[in-house]
Amino acid sequence: MTDKLLEVKDLEVRFRQGANSVYAVNGVSFDLDQGKTLAIIGESGSGKTVTSRAMMGLLPNTAVVHGSVKLNGKELVGLSEKEMLQHRGLDLATVFQDPGRSLNPTMKVGKQIVEAIRLHLPLDKKAARERAVELLGLVRLPLPAQRFNDYPHQLSGGMRQRVMIAIALACQPKILIADEATTALDVTTQAKIMDLLIDLQSQFHMALILISHNLGLAAQYTDEVAVMYGGKIVERAGTKELFSNVLMPYTRVLLDAVPRLDRSAHDSLPSITGGAPNLTSRPTGCSFMPRCMTATDRCREQAPPLAEEEPGHEVACWYPLHDHAALDEVGT
Amino acid sequence: MTDVLLDIRDMVQEFPARAANGARGVVHAVSNVSLQVRAGETLGIVGESGSGKSTLARAVLGVPPPKSGDVFLKGTNIARLKQKRMREHMRDIQMVFQDPYSSVDSKWNVSRIVGEPLRAFKVGTREERRKRVAEVLDLVGLDPNVYGSRRPRQLSGGQCQRVAIARALALSPSLIICDEAVSSLDVLIQAQVLNLFERLRTELDLAYLFIAHDLAMVKQVSDRVAVMYLGKLCEIGPAEDIYRNPRHPYTVALLNSIPDPDPSRPRVKIDDQISGEPPSPVNPPSGCRFRTRCPRAQEKCALEVPVLQSVGTEHSVACHFPVGSENAAVSEGVTSGSVSVNTSNDV
Repeated sequence: MTDKLLEVKDLEVRFRQGANSVYAVNGVSFDLDQGKTLAIIGESGSGKTVTSRAMMGLLPNTAVVHGSVKLNGKELVGLSEKEMLQHRGLDLATVFQDPGRSLNPTMKVGKQIVEAIRLHLPLDKKAARERAVELLGLVRLPLPAQRFNDYPHQLSGGMRQRVMIAIALACQPKILIADEATTALDVTTQAKIMDLLIDLQSQFHMALILISHNLGLAAQYTDEVAVMYGGKIVERAGTKELFSNVLMPYTRVLLDAVPRLDRSAHDSLPSITGGAPNLTSRPTGCSFMPRCMTATDRCREQAPPLAEEEPGHEVACWYPLHDHAALDEVGT
Repeated sequence: MTDVLLDIRDMVQEFPARAANGARGVVHAVSNVSLQVRAGETLGIVGESGSGKSTLARAVLGVPPPKSGDVFLKGTNIARLKQKRMREHMRDIQMVFQDPYSSVDSKWNVSRIVGEPLRAFKVGTREERRKRVAEVLDLVGLDPNVYGSRRPRQLSGGQCQRVAIARALALSPSLIICDEAVSSLDVLIQAQVLNLFERLRTELDLAYLFIAHDLAMVKQVSDRVAVMYLGKLCEIGPAEDIYRNPRHPYTVALLNSIPDPDPSRPRVKIDDQISGEPPSPVNPPSGCRFRTRCPRAQEKCALEVPVLQSVGTEHSVACHFPVGSENAAVSEGVTSGSVSVNTSNDV
């Protein structure tokens, strides 16, 4: 158990709002080996970003974090900002969604990379600069030495995201978190950035956590997928297994609602009514229950734990979908 | 030709621009684009940021009017009309934007938002307008008694987009322009709104100009699809043809960039299909504008601007060397990755 790179156990995050609380993450556990890619998939408000920020220690003061995040066996939850700085950037790095807002608009991009390098590595200015240019080349920015002196507004969205990746890679982190890193980009740019991330991931043998709402990205670029709903992981399996053998009704609904090229025009998309769960109180039963077609009283009263249903395939549901298939057969 | 609702002919839209070094230039946002939308039809327009798809839609509405070219709406050239006369035709075209919250007045309640176009065009009495508002809210699946008095901040993103759609429907238009209208919504909400668009289309016999960057989504709702790149129309044809038999290398690249939610399909390396970054619309490449990123580009592409030519029923492409024109390569670039027509190479 100790050789896991990252171990997240029973992570809970609650945001205080006056007398109320928002229960954003309600007991998330997963682990990640070196060199592996994990997708965390979910809609807005499912807790996927809060989970990643809790790992990075980037949550605001109103957040109350419980549980454990262990990096190479070392506990990260509860570290002071100063201690966290030893890990953030060096061990864990993030690429965020909006490269325009993540970069300092008044500072040359090269200098921003140099800053990230010198924060952690004992390099002098000249060496750091050389390293920065090298990183810009690594992320396949054309003419890296010239781009070093550009300001963010002189770059396109895709180029800015490449700069963000260069900053994230500055100290060769063990884990790279891509939090909707390609969502704001055009499809062709998205494909290019994803190809780049995966190439770099295998080149440096990093672990990659891909946080996204896009199931296509998860299917094409990761080894393992965790689906989140209402602050919990509701299904987790190897990517191929998950997409070929969906067990959680929510995952099924999510997959069916994605427009696909092989559907014919004007087909109506299967979807469900209702909205994301209200997280201002801790749900007693399964948080997907109100929208679930197969829910029973048991789902209302008891929250299903995330349990291994089939080898390597965990699901948090009292009535996983393969049971339905079996039931149907018996019925007919 | 009576069923042509909107006929865009040779539209050109340009804006003055100043480069970083102070040199004046012109942004060639839309260059000689001709398109038709038939009554009751959905025409999808896809392209990346800067392809001119939104500018084209706005020029149709005259905000701002196109620099040159004609826009015929039910036979009347609205691009040549004075503002006042133009206004009357605007009833027929309504628009739904990407961000539902910023496209409605946050201080107004839902009834007032949806009723605004009716008041602006002085339709009916107050009572009739109230009825119409209730009617269109019902149409989009919002109970007028519950939601009529709510303000945008009390709505979810999907509900707010429904309000924007109800507002677009209030004047019973024949064409609705959806500019990335579902792009900012979550997958499940997006599916609900797309289904709503479909239902309204059949119930009200609406035509849509459906603009989006997601080709998979556009294909889902469109009868025909137009692909734009850097202000030019690359390819236009029936949705099924565009996807099964894309002829423009850019369309192929777009199709292959869509991550398939099926891990067993092989991933296509996108760098082989489209290289580099999009060039500046201030100084677009000579000849074919896609040639600087095109894997098939040859000398001719730099010299001659490719014109749209028919390659099938209603299917046209603007390319000197369209994909699939050589026999061996009919399915090249198509079978791999995104398209499931050819099953022989499947496991």
